[in-house]
Amino acid sequence: MTVGATITRLFKFCRFPELWVALLAGLCFLLFPEYLSFATSVLVTAIFVLSLDLVLGFAGVVTLGHALFFGCGAYAAGLISIYGWNEPISVAVAAAAVGAIVALVTGPFVLRLRELPLLMVTLALGAIAFEAANKATWLTGGDDGLVGIEFKPVLGAFEWTLSSKTAYFYALAWLCICLYLARRIVNSPFGLAVIGVRENFRRMALLGAPVQSHLLRIYMISGAMAALAGALSTETARFVGLSVLSVETSIAALVMLVVGGVGRLYGALIGTVAYMVVHHVAAQINPYHWMFVIGGLLVAVVMYARGGLLGLAETLAGSVRRTRGAR
Amino acid sequence: MGGRLHDIAASLIFIVLYGLSFGMVLFAISIGLVITMGLMRMVNMAHGFFAALGAYVTVWLMFQEGAPMWLSVVAACVVVTLLSVLIERVLIRRLYTAAQLDQVLLTIGLAFLGVAFLNLLFGPDPQPSALPASLAANVDLGIRTIQTYRLFVVALGACLMLGLWWLFDKTDFGARIRAAVDNRRMAEAVGIDVDRLFAVTFVIGCCLAALGGAVGYAMLPPEPMYPFKYLVIILIVVALTGFGNIKSGAFIAAAVGLVDTAGRFLAPTYGSFCVYFFLIGMMVWQNIRTAEP
Repeated sequence: MTVGATITRLFKFCRFPELWVALLAGLCFLLFPEYLSFATSVLVTAIFVLSLDLVLGFAGVVTLGHALFFGCGAYAAGLISIYGWNEPISVAVAAAAVGAIVALVTGPFVLRLRELPLLMVTLALGAIAFEAANKATWLTGGDDGLVGIEFKPVLGAFEWTLSSKTAYFYALAWLCICLYLARRIVNSPFGLAVIGVRENFRRMALLGAPVQSHLLRIYMISGAMAALAGALSTETARFVGLSVLSVETSIAALVMLVVGGVGRLYGALIGTVAYMVVHHVAAQINPYHWMFVIGGLLVAVVMYARGGLLGLAETLAGSVRRTRGAR
Repeated sequence: MGGRLHDIAASLIFIVLYGLSFGMVLFAISIGLVITMGLMRMVNMAHGFFAALGAYVTVWLMFQEGAPMWLSVVAACVVVTLLSVLIERVLIRRLYTAAQLDQVLLTIGLAFLGVAFLNLLFGPDPQPSALPASLAANVDLGIRTIQTYRLFVVALGACLMLGLWWLFDKTDFGARIRAAVDNRRMAEAVGIDVDRLFAVTFVIGCCLAALGGAVGYAMLPPEPMYPFKYLVIILIVVALTGFGNIKSGAFIAAAVGLVDTAGRFLAPTYGSFCVYFFLIGMMVWQNIRTAEP
């Protein structure tokens, strides 16, 4: 077999970049088997950040309250399980539907706003949801959270074990599905229209594009995906705490996205891994010191690397290619 | 019958004075952000850090060094002013023309750094927030007693409002700022150095935030997460005020303080929602009003 044929094959394989993610994750499974539960939470968070990327990176809706959907999904999954339905995949899908409905209800208010009012209203919606969950103790358990959540084995075959093996591959499968869907959406005509709205919503409206309905649709897709991530966090951790709805969760997702690279699908993935590993390592030293690293990283990214880590990698690769070309 | 009326009057005075004093602290903290956002259209998520530092320095000087409160407050303002000059020159200056997302992100990064810095310097625990004896005493207003501290804060807030009104309505500096807020390019065209104006306003805003944090340390006790904990309510005041409007800033801050205090006092369970519904209602109303031609 010639080198050219190998490369062609590799490229064909690349039509499904999700497989690379699966491969890398499989490698992580072999290399760091003792960190599986942490790795699971990274995968779940990556889905959440990916959903934020859809609405912020591609549609240009800067929201500070995306945890609203994550939290709704998490509580929905927890409540469904407590009230007796324990099949994990259907619960996750149901939670995603809840997220889409929440987006459908809040979207018409939120998506008409821009700039500062948009930031403020999303922030306030998130804060209201947090306060509501805090006060509605009969439903959410308040500060204590929801406990006693149990799920049936995945597909009836894979038990939820203490070593989180099942949880890890379950979350990984969902992540690959979400990445695939997100890629298809972004590359579709609808995705292009959404990017058009981000670039210039007035011109899109003049061209006759239904700006509001495009925005609402991508907002609902994003809300559903965020809620799915919330449901997965419930299923893998078997616990829902108030923090799933907190403003800090929204802000952390934003930071992860920016560190990885806004408006690039894999930026969400890379940013989540970078942020959570830094957080995990530094928080063991001191519960506040990780903020030095993340804060410094954030400042550096905005000042020097606008595209985040992925953008930086692209720039480097570009300059390497140019110097080679010059030679 | 008379007893009931007396009770209502006493509750009303309590709500008004506590709400107003909270509102005045909010006003001092957020007015800097109101001005800088009006002038520079710049979102500063790290603004609460300056208030936090003001509170920390005050408490530290009062309880560790035994300094009197007025001296501690002044020292806090000076420290924060110096620091804000540095931050403005190094970081904020480059952000004036940046995209809004960049401003949000860089200032969130700054707030993270601020929290870590406060924790490093002062430790992770909340600081003591006892008042000096002269302010902790109660004054009898006839119907009910009120802490002197609350009256002191309301009075200080009133002085601050008067001072700012004088600064912005009666001085040359104020006229320049109003001109730059209304029409930046025109102001530059008639020879106003808007960049320098930005810098000066930013520093004044930080100094006022430090003053608010320092005076309000008993209401908003200093802790490392302070910049994030009170971020939402500061931003609420700013968003409701609109851009660069100092006069309505005072009224809005007072209203937010009153709504929040009244909500918490009258309906302890659901009172904390009041201020958010107030915000969303106001935002949507303002948006509808401005959307009409």
